[in-house]
Amino acid sequence: MTKLFTSGFSHLILFIGIFIMIVPVWMIFASSTHTSSVINMGGLQMFLGESFYDNYLRVLLYKGGFFKEITALKMFFNSFIMATGVAILSVVTSLMAAYALVYYRIKYASFLFWIIFITILVPLELRIFPTYSIMAELNLVNSYFGLIVPISASAIATLFFRQFYKTVPDELLESAKLDGANTWRFFIDFLIPLSKTMIVAMLIFMFVFGYNQYLWPLLVTTSEQYWTVVMGLKMMSGSIVHRFAFVIMSMVPPILIIVVLQKHFIKGVFQDK
Amino acid sequence: MSFLDLKNVTKIYPNGTKAVHETSLSVDEGEFMVFVGPSGCGKSTLLRMVAGLEDITDGDINLDGKLINNVDPSERDVAMVFQNYALYPHMNVYNNLAYGLKNRGIDKKTIEQKVNDAAKLLQISEFLQRKPSMLSGGQRQRVAMGRAIVRNPKIFLFDEPLSNLDAKLRIQMRLEIKKLQQKVGVTSIFVTHDQVEAMTLADRLAVINDGIIEQLGTPIEIYNNPKSLFVAGFIGSPQMNFLDGNLKNKTLSAEGFEIRDINSDFEGDVTLGIRPEHLIQSDNALINLKVELVEQLGSDNLVYGQLKNKNDFCYRCPGNQKVENGTELNLQIDENKYYIFDKSSGKRVN
Repeated sequence: MTKLFTSGFSHLILFIGIFIMIVPVWMIFASSTHTSSVINMGGLQMFLGESFYDNYLRVLLYKGGFFKEITALKMFFNSFIMATGVAILSVVTSLMAAYALVYYRIKYASFLFWIIFITILVPLELRIFPTYSIMAELNLVNSYFGLIVPISASAIATLFFRQFYKTVPDELLESAKLDGANTWRFFIDFLIPLSKTMIVAMLIFMFVFGYNQYLWPLLVTTSEQYWTVVMGLKMMSGSIVHRFAFVIMSMVPPILIIVVLQKHFIKGVFQDK
Repeated sequence: MSFLDLKNVTKIYPNGTKAVHETSLSVDEGEFMVFVGPSGCGKSTLLRMVAGLEDITDGDINLDGKLINNVDPSERDVAMVFQNYALYPHMNVYNNLAYGLKNRGIDKKTIEQKVNDAAKLLQISEFLQRKPSMLSGGQRQRVAMGRAIVRNPKIFLFDEPLSNLDAKLRIQMRLEIKKLQQKVGVTSIFVTHDQVEAMTLADRLAVINDGIIEQLGTPIEIYNNPKSLFVAGFIGSPQMNFLDGNLKNKTLSAEGFEIRDINSDFEGDVTLGIRPEHLIQSDNALINLKVELVEQLGSDNLVYGQLKNKNDFCYRCPGNQKVENGTELNLQIDENKYYIFDKSSGKRVN
């Protein structure tokens, strides 16, 4: 009886939590399918309206910005390039950094690792001026390269891969060596396949991280051609329903990625073998 | 020069521990050499130096007439079977066997041929598509051996490969390893702390203690003729009985008995060693044993008890002989099969 009560109670709490999170999103979605006049007169709507296609198509294709140069579609494209670039670049560098730290006989390897780790405590905002000035001197302002590279060194991913490599038994390396594998082959043939789930998890993690960037893209782009979705949320002008539609669409890519790859994500982060 | 030659090989770890003292050893082609010793005696280190997984501090290792001190393990053409098998968990059995061949640039058809042959030899053909995690301990062991065989290396190295198996499987695999080695004929070094494994597998045996080879010889030589107290105590089960004594004028006096006309000129404190199986019951006995415990193994009885001076002592008699707890047995040493060691140095003196 008490068991039934506690499980019922915990479900109740969960339902309340879901309700609190879902309802505002739903209201925005429902409202985004109405015309502006409905919203202006009747406030936020709980039920779907009939202007879904009109609103969403207009938002996607409407040329916005100060100079009317950018469409939402282009922003999604920019965000996708940036998020993918950050994800791939940071995973590749972290994999290799962790490999060097664990498997090469580097003096002070653990000291070096902690130096890398400490960078977690230094947010982008703190180094934004020097980073910007480097990018400016390299003429990388207003380029995908400038958007991606400065935020693509991930201490968290390095930490994850390093901890994972440390659990790989030494005999595996020794056995591979005797089988004629050099250090590069060991990396490609063993560590990468063995950390596959973790790589996927980190790709998702870094994709969302890259997608969510606001301050850095804002600084490093002056041309509207490089606006990203998250910047667009602030910059977009237009009627309220169009903004709502844009908000809803901006949530889709990260959700989609997590839904599709969540199995790997959970496996990778919580290493069940 | 023999097939594998170790000359004054030494290993000192960076923290100053000397794991292997100047060791020289040669292994002939096709020979099955076993390193046996207690844990931490340096036997695995010695093996790993042959494999190239440990650097050599000093000395030379020659394999097949070539100095291999500075040759990378991947180019030494040696194969090793590890204690925990070290199978590649993300590859199926076929790829586990094929991996070493692929790295040597052998063409696909030959690889397939070789893998299938090895799998047949080890009776693992039906598991070729499985991952190691889906195999039992014995099957994994076979895959690990298959991975060694398939490459047809110059030398097999076994690092306590049987210690993760249960008792029955261990005996079975022991036999299979020996048979396999005879069939394939590859020079092998086998490291173990289990003296039964050592005795049964070895063509020649190296008993290692504290980084030094105490004795090298065929198993039976070592059993019959141990050169030191350590070897005498290590080889043989149950362990050899040791009694304190004194040797003077070719006469040994110990524990209230004397043995005359000993063929040794040594004088001083000694340890007398008698194997439990080298005792017989007799009326004109030297040793009087008060029985405390009898272990009946079926074929044999192991009789444990104490001598008059409270020394523990063991006697092995045929299983059909009935021995009661609390009785006293009079024992004679069988045909002068006893060993006398210098008490201070541990060296054999008779």
